[in-house]
Amino acid sequence: MINKIAGSIADAMAGIPDGATVLIGGFGTAGIPNELIDGLIEQGAKELTVVNNNAGNGDTGLAALLKAGRVRKIICSFPRQADSYVFDELYRSGKLELELVPQGNLAERIRAAGAGVGAFFCPTGYGTQLAGERETRVIDGKPYVLEYPIRGDVALVKAEQGDRWGNLTYRKAARNFGPVMAMASERTIATVHEIVELGAMDPETIVTPGIFVSKIVKIDRVATQAGGFKKAA
Amino acid sequence: MTMSTSHYQRRTKDQLAARVAQDIFDGAVVNLGIGQPTLVANHLPAGREVILHSENGILGMGPAPAAGQEDYDLINAGKQPVTLLPGGAYFHHADSFAMMRGGHLDICVLGAFQVSATGDLANWSTGEEGAIPAVGGAMDLAIGAKQTWVMMDLLTKKGESKIVAQCTYPLTGIGCVKRVYSDLATLECTPAGLKLIDKVEGLAHAELEKLVGLPIAA
Repeated sequence: MINKIAGSIADAMAGIPDGATVLIGGFGTAGIPNELIDGLIEQGAKELTVVNNNAGNGDTGLAALLKAGRVRKIICSFPRQADSYVFDELYRSGKLELELVPQGNLAERIRAAGAGVGAFFCPTGYGTQLAGERETRVIDGKPYVLEYPIRGDVALVKAEQGDRWGNLTYRKAARNFGPVMAMASERTIATVHEIVELGAMDPETIVTPGIFVSKIVKIDRVATQAGGFKKAA
Repeated sequence: MTMSTSHYQRRTKDQLAARVAQDIFDGAVVNLGIGQPTLVANHLPAGREVILHSENGILGMGPAPAAGQEDYDLINAGKQPVTLLPGGAYFHHADSFAMMRGGHLDICVLGAFQVSATGDLANWSTGEEGAIPAVGGAMDLAIGAKQTWVMMDLLTKKGESKIVAQCTYPLTGIGCVKRVYSDLATLECTPAGLKLIDKVEGLAHAELEKLVGLPIAA
């Protein structure tokens, strides 16, 4: 029988090695799997490469993982936020390596890993510092930059509903990187607020099919949180 | 009549937002960048149906919720709480950026540090020593939308033109800006240089060219 439901976060996180690349879902605070990040802190893996759109808010979640000194490198598109002081301090003191990636390239490089694509040519960033020394090519008169996949050893994803096959739905804009990160990792751990019987989820609306998911853990629903936003001009 | 050099008034932020909104056509799918471009949503003319895209996976984004109704699973690119209009949809990040790079967005409106006369854009970094770099979705948006418009003050606080012959700040994209909407004038960027669309009342063409420091085709 297939049963991907883990009894606890600690069970789901067991065996994550030092040096792992961990893809962490979320944009700002929407979809950040804080419970799993806390579990990773408890689990103890270090020298991690973390992939997330941002670089943590305040003192909790990803910021707490950074503060605990467990991250060697972060790959993200927008580390600087109103309350990203943990990252700022580590980066400025040279204790944390940063690979800055345009957001669409970040998503597509992750998707490519999940889809088994070896590399792809993308127009984003052509002629800019962020294209670095990578190969370029003109296709149908338009310039492109060669981009390589970002694969994860582990993905930590916050979802809404799941079943024992690992099928998932998400909630609103908290979906963001979850589906592509789930595809791109050796092992994907998702939290859900509700576990339902097989067949209870409408197959037309399952967003991440269970093939991409290794473990699901039920967590309590807490109020959604603000963090790191800029006021409009 | 005696000629005077400064009988004009800058567009206010709201007037500028209204000027941009006036050019957004009925049925357009539009991405409004963080900061000043967000204001454009408040000025869309009545009777025009416009679908707002947010890079974090939303089409059909609605206005901010009433106080107390914030749901931080439903935020915009600036991480502020928003709402979803009837007909709106959620999708994942790779699909959201496919909408840009695949040429499905009609218009994106971005802020800028500098724009070149031929439409190069610099809006993600001032290249300042020790600054923490952050790019977000700017590069994908700039080259992906069918039309990229910039909304900014024409001059820096020091009075230097932000429209330049060549950007000196790190580039976001090459030749990607089609129009610049500024507090003093609306200009088109073309491979041959700047072209005037409109300017504030009382600002002479020669004076505008002097402020920008570049020729502007009438």
